[in-house]
Amino acid sequence: MILARVVGTVVATRKDPRLEGKKLLIIKPISPDGKDEPGYIVSVDTVSAGYRERVIAVAGSSARMADGCKDTPVDSAIVGIVDDMRLD
Amino acid sequence: MYLGRVVGCVWATVKNANLTGQRLLLIQPLTPELLSTGKRLICLDAMGAGAGELIYYVRGKEASFPFLPAEPAADATVVGIVDSIHLKAPAATRTPTHRKGKR
Repeated sequence: MILARVVGTVVATRKDPRLEGKKLLIIKPISPDGKDEPGYIVSVDTVSAGYRERVIAVAGSSARMADGCKDTPVDSAIVGIVDDMRLD
Repeated sequence: MYLGRVVGCVWATVKNANLTGQRLLLIQPLTPELLSTGKRLICLDAMGAGAGELIYYVRGKEASFPFLPAEPAADATVVGIVDSIHLKAPAATRTPTHRKGKR
């Protein structure tokens, strides 16, 4: 799983029927100290994350195990909102 | 599976129900020589690994298997704590065994 920050939303009318009602967010990977990392991911939101929030995103086939994503065509899902982090 | 070191932990109150009660660890991937390589990632913990410990983790859907029959939405899980590593030579200079006779 990766750390990421919500940077935008995606609206799509024409899509797979199994994606209907799912919120799509654009997230950007960040390092634990909060710096942006290259790239971005369109991710299905399962925890009602908001703009600029730090989130935990799961990738690959494991994304289908997120709440409400069973048997849906997704490869990235937001599964948690970060409260705090500690670097040892 | 890959080698890594526990470098921190993450707290999240709002999360998928199937992640409730799971520890989330920040892991720095390592080379066999124990040098840092690649981006840090968040792993579930199936072993009770602690801060600074050398571990190995599994990626992909298999990351949820240690918790069966529960299937937490995880793509990386710590599945072992490393006691020791033995390398005959630095991995970068080692010839793969299956190629030896062919050269």
